[in-house]
Amino acid sequence: MAYIFQQILNALQLGSIYALIALGYTMVYGILTMINFAHGDLFMVGAFFCFLLAAYLHLSFVPTLLLSMIGVAFLGVIIERLAYKPLRRAPRVSAIITALGVGLFLENFTLALSPYPKHIPQLLENVTWTVGSISISSLQVLIIVLSLILMLILDFIVQRTKAGMAMRAISWDKTIVPLMGVPVNKIISLTFAIGTGLGGAAGVMYGLAYPVIDPYMGIMVGWKAFICAVVGGIGNIRGAMIGGFILGTVEIMVGAFFPSTYRDFVAFTLLLILLIVRPYGILGKPQPQKV
Amino acid sequence: MAKIKSIYENVMSRWQALTDFKFFWPLFMITGIAFCMAASTYEFIDLYVQLILIYVGINIILTVSLNLINGYMGEFSVGHAGFMAVGAYVASLLTVHVFPPGAQNLFFPLAILAGGLAAALIGFLVAIPSFKTRGDYLAIVTLAFCMIVKSVLENIDAIGGPRGLLGMEKLTTLPWVFFWTALSVWVIRNLVYSNFGRGVLSIREDEIASDLMSVNTRQVKIIAFVVSSFFAGIAGGLFAHALQFINPRMFDIIKSTDILIMVYLGGIASIAGSIIGAVIYTILLEILRPLGVWRMVFMPLMLVLLMIYRPRGIMGLKEARMFTPLRDLVTEKLWRQKKKEAGDASP
Amino acid sequence: MPLLKIEKVTHRFAGLCAVSDFNLAVEPHELIGVIGPNGAGKTTVFNLITGVYRASEGSIKLEGQELVGKTPHQITKLGIARTFQNIRLFKELSVLDNVRTAHYGRIHYTPAEALLQIGRFRAEEKRITHQALDLLAIFKLDEMAGEKAKNLPYGLQRRLEIARALATEPKLLLLDEPAAGMNPNEIIQLMDFIRWIRKTFSVTIILIEHQMRLVMGICERLVVLDFGATIATGLPVEIQNNPKVLEAYLGEEVAV
Repeated sequence: MAYIFQQILNALQLGSIYALIALGYTMVYGILTMINFAHGDLFMVGAFFCFLLAAYLHLSFVPTLLLSMIGVAFLGVIIERLAYKPLRRAPRVSAIITALGVGLFLENFTLALSPYPKHIPQLLENVTWTVGSISISSLQVLIIVLSLILMLILDFIVQRTKAGMAMRAISWDKTIVPLMGVPVNKIISLTFAIGTGLGGAAGVMYGLAYPVIDPYMGIMVGWKAFICAVVGGIGNIRGAMIGGFILGTVEIMVGAFFPSTYRDFVAFTLLLILLIVRPYGILGKPQPQKV
Repeated sequence: MAKIKSIYENVMSRWQALTDFKFFWPLFMITGIAFCMAASTYEFIDLYVQLILIYVGINIILTVSLNLINGYMGEFSVGHAGFMAVGAYVASLLTVHVFPPGAQNLFFPLAILAGGLAAALIGFLVAIPSFKTRGDYLAIVTLAFCMIVKSVLENIDAIGGPRGLLGMEKLTTLPWVFFWTALSVWVIRNLVYSNFGRGVLSIREDEIASDLMSVNTRQVKIIAFVVSSFFAGIAGGLFAHALQFINPRMFDIIKSTDILIMVYLGGIASIAGSIIGAVIYTILLEILRPLGVWRMVFMPLMLVLLMIYRPRGIMGLKEARMFTPLRDLVTEKLWRQKKKEAGDASP
Repeated sequence: MPLLKIEKVTHRFAGLCAVSDFNLAVEPHELIGVIGPNGAGKTTVFNLITGVYRASEGSIKLEGQELVGKTPHQITKLGIARTFQNIRLFKELSVLDNVRTAHYGRIHYTPAEALLQIGRFRAEEKRITHQALDLLAIFKLDEMAGEKAKNLPYGLQRRLEIARALATEPKLLLLDEPAAGMNPNEIIQLMDFIRWIRKTFSVTIILIEHQMRLVMGICERLVVLDFGATIATGLPVEIQNNPKVLEAYLGEEVAV
């Protein structure tokens, strides 16, 4: 019983990190119908920012988190301006390949600067509370709670603010909205800033939970988060959150009851079955075909 | 400049006429293989260059075959490395464990063919979800498939699990690579310029309209996936016997990304583009080797710049004349002659 | 026996009735018009006949053969072809290839023959190319056979779409708003053109149209749809004076 509870906590921890990254994919997709394959690598950059700030500047947790988020968001906006903006009218797939290129660039640039894996210093004292036979680590609680808070803030921004309304409007119709006086470029930049900022936050938290980081860590995590976004229904923000928690749970539970090498196999097979049953994800709606 | 262009046109049209000659391709194969054999026996081509040419050939097979799905059919498959893995493992297991050690050279083509067929079978299975799922969702299906293949290979201890498989002899030689590369280019070209190929293209242009114009879209998708994965499997088998060592990690998403880059660098829906893309990418990576880690920093930057200034790649949607069959032009010419004669006769 | 017999066909989208209890019997060689205000379900009827949508209820028979449940390419092969309201050519393919693609249902070589260029492949390709060029010549498009479809002017694109549909050798041709975007002069030409197609290819035609002049001018029989329901059928003259039609279709003008 205690074991299961422990695994649920682990699942929530991993799930919230996946969900944060998946949000970045889904937000960019919603607004540009483009898959930003560099997103997983921006997550990696977040973890490396965290390492730099904590190891060299000896900052404490809160400034590290905030500065990493801002740094990654800034990088995200620059990438959008330099690499993606010129391709807005180009075929969709050119933008995807560009994103793959940007991702490769980030990976290898980081690798060139830091050839060996890095170890993030402990930023927070990890307290373990014991309730009955269950032990809860403060780090896990922090990651879960913080992710939930970030998601709530995002949900508020998208649903309640004027900028959020503009985002939803652009994802609804890309040709009319600019005519209504919505500053499309600014809104797209804002979307990238928020989406990649969340990815950066996920990088920091991942670094706290699994402190050894390397330049290629973003690839698998990134692809898996992308899968979460698709499982939830790509373009759908709440779907991305749900997808993240589903994949986190599946991975942890498979790891808990089977040899851990089966994890990917089971997770991806479940994904295939889910996509065959619900081809447009859990919260996604099939695009009606106009004939 | 104009003169160069006219010479080019002239050469190309002659080449085209040549390729339509019935015995051209068999002759091309025989001379090519003979040349490659001579090259590898008498070593008038440097061994290092030979090795690079082998990788160029394998990459051409991978790129041309992926272009069938991603370029001609307009889907976005990211699982090509998975088919390659199937081919590599099946072929290697056959040469290492099944075929007698003395006669490896004789059985090598059979092993490669078996690898291709196994990959084609898997390709058939992947085609089934593509009936209903399209675009990003199909991309995820192929991605999941690639991950599942890798995960399955890692979990079977009998074939080495995550440690991989060794013991293959170095059977991939320049003549064989030449043979399979030329065969894949020829077959895919034939497919593209048949009515099945027009079906593939019409699915990219407008799937509903294509279905309503009597194109059996399911059949077309199966053909495209089976042919594409067959050649990916062939490339996998050649790759395994060139490197003499494989493990599941070689065939993960990073490998798929490599192939994707070659396809879009060269340009979609173009055989010439695919060949150019594969050649440039493979050779550039070799030339930039002295740069060390920074090589892989410059390559993606160049890719991004190319995409910004030429979003469709080097040859996007264009085909070099040497790959378009002359028969259409000849038929059209004959038809016009006939029409003119009929027109002259009737009034 | 009627060529096409539609009985009690109903189609719902998420509870909304797009077409309800639609009945129609089409005799060979007829020219029938389907009219009605925007959103009346006209295109949905075409989509049901051609198998793009599967009818929720009812039966559609072509020469006695049930079509409900068949895929679009099966139905096309049985002899129904159509054009689209907003032109849906294969834009990046040449004019010739647009037409040749439509031969897919009637090719006599197998994939293996095509891949290896053996057997019937070359002869068949020659036949298909000849037939496609013949058809293009009839439509005066043969001079542009090598041009990409997207580069044709609008009027020729419409013409090519009809040629492509006819390349499937249909018995029944469905035209979805063939006069869209045409001026009155062009509409008069189009009327002759449609009559000529019916005669030359001996097809039966059903067309959807907004342009009253065209419909009244060439159709022998009309079906009027409103909110998915059939509100009138009959000769053009009868329809013109039917109060129900005037109310639904020309409501505003009656009010004035």
